Amino acid sequence: MPESGSAVASSPFISVTGVSVIRNDQRLLDNVSVDLGDSEFSVIMGSNGAGKSLLMRVIHGLVAPDSGRVEVAGSVNPSGVTTRLHQAMVFQKPVLLRRSVAANVDHVIDSKLKDRRLQRDSVLDEVGLLSLAKRPARLLSGGEQQRLALARALALKPSVLLLDEPTASLDPASSQLIERIVQKVHDAGCKVIFVTHDIGQARRLADDVIFMHKGQVVEHRPAGQFFDSPASDPAAAYLRGELYV
Amino acid sequence: MQESESALFLAFQLVMAGDADLLEIVGLSLRVSVTAVLLSCAIGLPVGALVASQRFRGRSLVILLMNALMGLPPVVIGLLVYLQLSASGPFGWLQWLYTPTAMILAQTLLVAPIVAALSRQVLEDLHDEYSEYFDSLCLSAWSRVSTLLVDARYSLLTVSLAGFGRAIAEVGAVMIVGGNINHYTRVMTTSIALETSKGDLPMALGLGIVLLMIALIVNALVMTLRSSAERFAYA
Repeated sequence: MPESGSAVASSPFISVTGVSVIRNDQRLLDNVSVDLGDSEFSVIMGSNGAGKSLLMRVIHGLVAPDSGRVEVAGSVNPSGVTTRLHQAMVFQKPVLLRRSVAANVDHVIDSKLKDRRLQRDSVLDEVGLLSLAKRPARLLSGGEQQRLALARALALKPSVLLLDEPTASLDPASSQLIERIVQKVHDAGCKVIFVTHDIGQARRLADDVIFMHKGQVVEHRPAGQFFDSPASDPAAAYLRGELYV
Repeated sequence: MQESESALFLAFQLVMAGDADLLEIVGLSLRVSVTAVLLSCAIGLPVGALVASQRFRGRSLVILLMNALMGLPPVVIGLLVYLQLSASGPFGWLQWLYTPTAMILAQTLLVAPIVAALSRQVLEDLHDEYSEYFDSLCLSAWSRVSTLLVDARYSLLTVSLAGFGRAIAEVGAVMIVGGNINHYTRVMTTSIALETSKGDLPMALGLGIVLLMIALIVNALVMTLRSSAERFAYA
């Protein structure tokens, strides 16, 4: 029996209710309901094709569900526009503009020139890229590119930060750096939703885990409980490193 | 063979001597074509970017029309502009017919669809790459257009170069609306046509060689700019 929406505190900050996404007669998300609080570090896990990234896109308003609704801070935003204004998303493959590191951050900052410079330098410093501000973004290493994408997301001053497998193609050192930055952002009060395949990473970061299987949320529990005694067969198999069909 | 040699020799002589007539013709050709290309870019690039970045009903039809307009025959454009600017036409009062302004107008109408259609193709690929980022920021249509135009600036140089090639080599439209008037609307292509009809082939070939040299120099400049941009990962 799916155990969803049970890990979160009192009043949900993000509420996904009965969301389905259907493409070519396939239910990519199947009646998904999950409540997320405003302070937890939430990690979405599951095998490939489980619907993790799609759920994140629905929450961010990039994909409109065929049925169901997403509420953020109590308001329903079918178009996703208002939602996105308070959220920032970092994609698995960073989308970087063909400009310098500094210009990439400037692109999302909407303020006067002097404020812009201060804000930009502050976020670049936060992710350790201030010394590379003038370098073309596309000449950065994979880890640096992902940190730049993160800096750009932070420049939006989001109340919710969504990260879709941001460390999937990075070496351990770069992954650790990203984890440290994200953890710091979370500690500063930002809600974080993080998709990962990496069980170790999820153990290190998660307050609560949403486990997905075949387009459904099969488990949503506090991280400790999830890792100690997974309540569903797909989650147990996943944690054992076995394939569950 | 002898004609080719004497044409080469004449071209060399004309260029080295800084022949006043030649400079005047080359100057007017460049002025007309460069102005037309700039105007075409001002019109065509935003249109191309807008079509590349927006999804709307009838978009496929618009793209089909844009692509079809790339193949417009210059003489047809020349005739249409002539009809508008002639004394009996709706814009006859402007008195632009047989002036460089009419030639610029005709070349702009010829080149703008080329710039729009080619830039649409270039920018659509870039938009596919950026679309999720744009969506996540809720960027307005104009912010998307300006971002695409800035980021594709080096690819768009090649597009404008294609437009320049079309403009500088064009003869039909400028002949009809410019009239090939000596010291006023005579450009390289209309001069070549005139010299050929007069039988002065060395002069015609000489001008042709100058035209080729200009095309080569402009291409080399743009290629140098693009390759340096690629080296610095901005292209």
